[in-house]
Amino acid sequence: MNPVNYLYLAALLFTIGATGVLIRRNAIVVFMCVELMLNACNLAFVAFSRMHGNLDGQIIAFFTMVVAAAEVVVGLAIIVSLFRSRHSASVDDASLMKL
Amino acid sequence: MSAHLAAGAGSPATDAALAAYSTSTGEAVQFWVLGTVAVLGALCTVFLKRAVHSALCLAGTMIVLAVFYLANGAYFLGIVQVVVYTGAIMMLFLFVVMLVGVTAADSLKETVKGQRWLALLCGLGFGILLCAGIGNASLTEFDGLAQANAGGNVEGLAALIFTKYVFAFEITGALLITAAVGAMVLTHRERTERARTQRELAAERVRAGKQLPPLPAPGVYARHNAVDIAGLLPDGTPSELTVIGTLRERGQIRDVSDQAIKDLRALEQRAGERLGRGDRAAREDREGRAEEAAK
Amino acid sequence: MDNLIALLVAAPLLGAAVLLCGGRRLDAVGHWIGTVLAAASFVIGAVLFADMLGKDAEHRAVGQHLFSWIPVEGFQADVAFQLDQLSMTFVLLITGVGSLIHVYSIGYMEHDERRRRFFGYLNLFLAAMLLLVLADNYLLLYVGWEGVGLASYLLIGFWQHKPSAATAAKKAFLVNRVGDLGLSIAIMLMFTTFGTFAFGPVLEATGETGEGTLTAIGLMLLLAACGKSAQVPLQSWLGDAMEGPTPVSALIHAATMVTAGVYLIVRSGEIFNAAPDAQLVTTVVGAVTLLFGAIVGCAKDDIKKALAGSTMSQIGYMILAAGLGPIGYVFAIMHLVTHGFFKAGLFLGAGSVMHGMNDEVDMRRYGGLRKYMPVTFVTFGLGYLAIIGFPGLSGFFSKDKIIEAAFAKGGTEGWILGSVALLGAAVTAFYMTRVMLMTFFGEKRWQPDERGNEPHPHESPKSMTIPMVVLAFGSVFAGGFFGVGDRFVHWLEPVTEHTHGHPPIGATAVTLSTVTVMVVGVGLAYLLYGRRPVPAVAPRGSLLTRAARRDLLQDDFNHVVLVRGGEHLTRSLVYVDHTLVDGVVNGTAASMGGLSGRLRKLQNGYARSYAVSMFGGAALLIAATLLMRAV
Repeated sequence: MNPVNYLYLAALLFTIGATGVLIRRNAIVVFMCVELMLNACNLAFVAFSRMHGNLDGQIIAFFTMVVAAAEVVVGLAIIVSLFRSRHSASVDDASLMKL
Repeated sequence: MSAHLAAGAGSPATDAALAAYSTSTGEAVQFWVLGTVAVLGALCTVFLKRAVHSALCLAGTMIVLAVFYLANGAYFLGIVQVVVYTGAIMMLFLFVVMLVGVTAADSLKETVKGQRWLALLCGLGFGILLCAGIGNASLTEFDGLAQANAGGNVEGLAALIFTKYVFAFEITGALLITAAVGAMVLTHRERTERARTQRELAAERVRAGKQLPPLPAPGVYARHNAVDIAGLLPDGTPSELTVIGTLRERGQIRDVSDQAIKDLRALEQRAGERLGRGDRAAREDREGRAEEAAK
Repeated sequence: MDNLIALLVAAPLLGAAVLLCGGRRLDAVGHWIGTVLAAASFVIGAVLFADMLGKDAEHRAVGQHLFSWIPVEGFQADVAFQLDQLSMTFVLLITGVGSLIHVYSIGYMEHDERRRRFFGYLNLFLAAMLLLVLADNYLLLYVGWEGVGLASYLLIGFWQHKPSAATAAKKAFLVNRVGDLGLSIAIMLMFTTFGTFAFGPVLEATGETGEGTLTAIGLMLLLAACGKSAQVPLQSWLGDAMEGPTPVSALIHAATMVTAGVYLIVRSGEIFNAAPDAQLVTTVVGAVTLLFGAIVGCAKDDIKKALAGSTMSQIGYMILAAGLGPIGYVFAIMHLVTHGFFKAGLFLGAGSVMHGMNDEVDMRRYGGLRKYMPVTFVTFGLGYLAIIGFPGLSGFFSKDKIIEAAFAKGGTEGWILGSVALLGAAVTAFYMTRVMLMTFFGEKRWQPDERGNEPHPHESPKSMTIPMVVLAFGSVFAGGFFGVGDRFVHWLEPVTEHTHGHPPIGATAVTLSTVTVMVVGVGLAYLLYGRRPVPAVAPRGSLLTRAARRDLLQDDFNHVVLVRGGEHLTRSLVYVDHTLVDGVVNGTAASMGGLSGRLRKLQNGYARSYAVSMFGGAALLIAATLLMRAV
C-alpha cells in the first residue's frame, strides 16, 4: 500500500467534517465536526512528516492539538452561555441579523 | 506497542528501499480495516441524531486516528491524541452535551431552504477536487522516519520544540492561559446586587397588592380534586385564582359549579325515592322541567 | 479733520439704533433725537465742506480707513471712506434735504403713534445712503445700497396696516432685488477681472481691460441703477412706492435714494467711458424712461403718482446725461442736485396739501387751493417753475445743459436723443402745469368723504412750511448759483472729468427751443385744464391716456411676461421633474429595490448559509489552483 492513502483518508474525513458543519444545527455537533476537520489535518501532517523524513509535521500537529484544546475550552464556554441566554443550542437561532 | 504498528519507521535496512514506496502488508490491512472504521465513525458523527451518539462516534474515530499516528511513527502524538483528545476534550464535549440537554437543534430536519443540497454538492465537489489534487501531486517518495526517530521520537520532538519552535511554544502557553481565563469570564455570572431577604420580599408583595397568603387549592368539596377545576367561593362561583397559571393561560379550566348542583339534585332525588317520597319529588321534578321548557 | 468722515455715517446710525432699540420711553423725544442727529450729520458735512473749499482742487479728495473688514489673502475688503467733490455734493444734498425733511416730518407725522419708529427708519436711511456715497469700494457701496433698499422697504410699508402699502413695499423690495443682482454680478466680475473692488484700482485698471468685460460690467451696473432709480424696465415699483408717507416720498423716492443709480454710473464713469456699447444702452434707457415717466405723469390724477412719474422722468434725464460720458456727467449730477431741491419741495407741498385735505390725493377733488394755503401755493409754484425749466430757475440751468449735451453727442444719435429730451421738456411742462392748475386754480371741487367729513383746507404748521420755504429757495437759486460761470463744472471736474460739448445747432438755439417747447407745453395744459372746468370724475380718455393711467401697462406687461411666463416655465419644469427626473430616479430606485429584494435572500442571517458560500469558495480556489498547475 502506498502511504499516500493516508492523505486520501485525511481528505475524506475533512470533507465529511466540513459537510457536517454545514448541515448540523446543534452547535455542539457542529463543534465536533470542526474537531473532526482538525484531526483530519493532523493526520495529513503526520503523513507528511513521514514522507519528508523529519519531525516538523508532527510539531505542527502537536501545536494544532494545543490550539484545538484552547479552542474547545472557549467554544464550549460560548455554547454554554449562549444556551443560558437563549435556551437553545441551535446555530440557526443566533440569526438576528437577518431581515 | 507492537512491531508491525511501527512498521513505517522500524523496518530493517534491507526493506528500506521498499519502504520508500509502500508499506508492509500488516500496515495495509490495518489501514483498510481501521480506515473504514474511521470513515464510518465520521459519518455517524455527522448523521446521528443524538449529540451523545455523535460524540461517542467521534471519540472512536479519534482513537483510530491515534493508531494511525503510531503507525506513521508519531508515537508521542498517538499517545497525546488518546490522552488529550479522546480523554479530555471528548469528555468535555460529553459534559456540555449533558449540561445543555436535548434541544430542538437535535432534529435533522432541514429548515434553511436548499442548505442541505448545497452543502452536499459543495462537499462532494470539494472532496473530489482535493483528492484530484493529491493524486496530481505525484507523492511517491517516502523517506520514512527512521533517521529522525533514531534518538527517540519524544526526544526528537523536544529538541525541535525547545529550539526551533520555542517562540511558538511560549505563545501557545500564553494562548492556553488566555483560553482558560476567557472560559471563566464567559461562563461566570457575577451577582451585581445583594440578594433580597425574606422580609424585603414580603414587604414588596404587600406593596404590590398581590395575593398575600398562599393561593387556595383547586378542587370542589373534595369531589373534584383535579388541578384544572376551580375552587368554589362561598357563594358558589368558581375562583380562577385556585387554578395554576399555566392552565389559566391555556384556558383549560373546567367549570363544575352547575355540575355540582345538578349532581346534588340527582343525589337528593335518589335519596327521596329510596325514602318513599318519590312521587312528590318526581312530580316536583316534572313541574320544574315543564317550567324550564316554557321558558 | 478727515476723521470726521466716519462721524457723518455714525451720527444717523446712532440715531437709528437709539430710536429703534429705545422702546416706548423715547416716544416723547424720539423725533427730536432723530432730527438733531440728522442735523448733526449736516453740520459735520458743512464743516468738512468748508475744509475742502480751503484746499486746492487737486487735493480735495480725502479718505479715512476705518478697519479691515475681510482681510483674507487675495480678498481685501476694507471699511474705508472716500470724500471727494462728488461724494461731498451728495453728502450735502442728503444731509441737507434729509434734515429739512426730518423737520417737516415732525409736523406731518404728529398724529402718528409710531412717529419714533418713523424717525428711526429715516435715520437708518440717512446712515445707509451716506455709507453708499462715502464708500471707497464697491463692496461697501453695496452694503449701503442694500441698506437704503431696506430702509426704503420699511418706509414704503410704514403704514403696514394698509394692504396696498404692504404690497407696494414688497413690490419695491422685489424689483430692487433684480437690480441688486446686477450690482452683485458687477462686483464679482470686477473681482475676477481686477482682483479688487476699491474704486481707485478698479477705475485705473480700465485702460488695460478688454472692452467686452467692461461692457458686461457696465451693463450690470446699469441694471443695478435701473432697479434703484426706477428706470425702464425696472420702473414699476416707484409709482406704488407713493403708498409711503409723503416725507418718505420726498426724501427717498424723489431727492436721494432713487438718484443712487446716477451716482453709481457717474462714479464708475471710467468703466462706461471705455465701454461705448454700455453707454449707448444707458442713454437709450434714460431717453425711454424720461418719456415713459412724463407720459405716465400726464395721466395720473393722484398728485403723488403724478409727481412719481415726474421723478422717473427727471431721473431719466440724469441717466441719459450720465450715459453721454464726460460731456454729461457733471450735468447729470447738477440736475440731480437741483432736482433734489425742487422735487423734494414739490413733494413736501403735495404732502402739505394732503395734510390740509384729510389725506385726499385725487387732484380732481382739489381746486382753488391757492387761497387756503398761500405758503404751500407759493413754494409749490416755485418748485413747479423750477421743474419745467422756467428761465432763471434751477431746472432751467440743469435741464438745458442736459439737452445741450444730448445734441452734442453728435451724429444721428445726438439728434434723436436731443429731440427726445426736448419732447420730454415739453411734456414735463404740460403735466406739471396740469398738476398746478388742478390743485391750486379753478373751482373748489372737494366733497365730504365717506364718513361725511368735509375737508377744511388750512395752511400747515410752521415745522412743515419752513422746510418748504428753504427748499423753494434752493429751487430758485441753486441752478443759477451752479450754472453761472460753470461753477459746478469746475467743482466736479477733478473727479468726473469734463469735456465741453458743442451741439450742432449752437447752445443758444438749444436754449431757445427748450424755452419754446416749455411754453408750448404750458399753453397746451392751460387750454385743456385752465380754461375749462375739471370734471370730478376722470373722462374715459384716449387709448394712450388709459394706458398711461395704468402706468403704460407696466404691471400688465410684468404680469403677462414674467408672472405668467414664470408660471408656465415652472409648470413645465415641474412636469419634466415629475415625469423625467422622478421617473429616472424612481425607476433606478425601484430596480435597485427589486434587485436588493432578490439579493436580500442571500443574507438570511444563518451562519450555516454563509459557511456554505465559504466552503464553495474554498472548493473553487482548489479548482483554480489545479487548473493553474495543469496549464
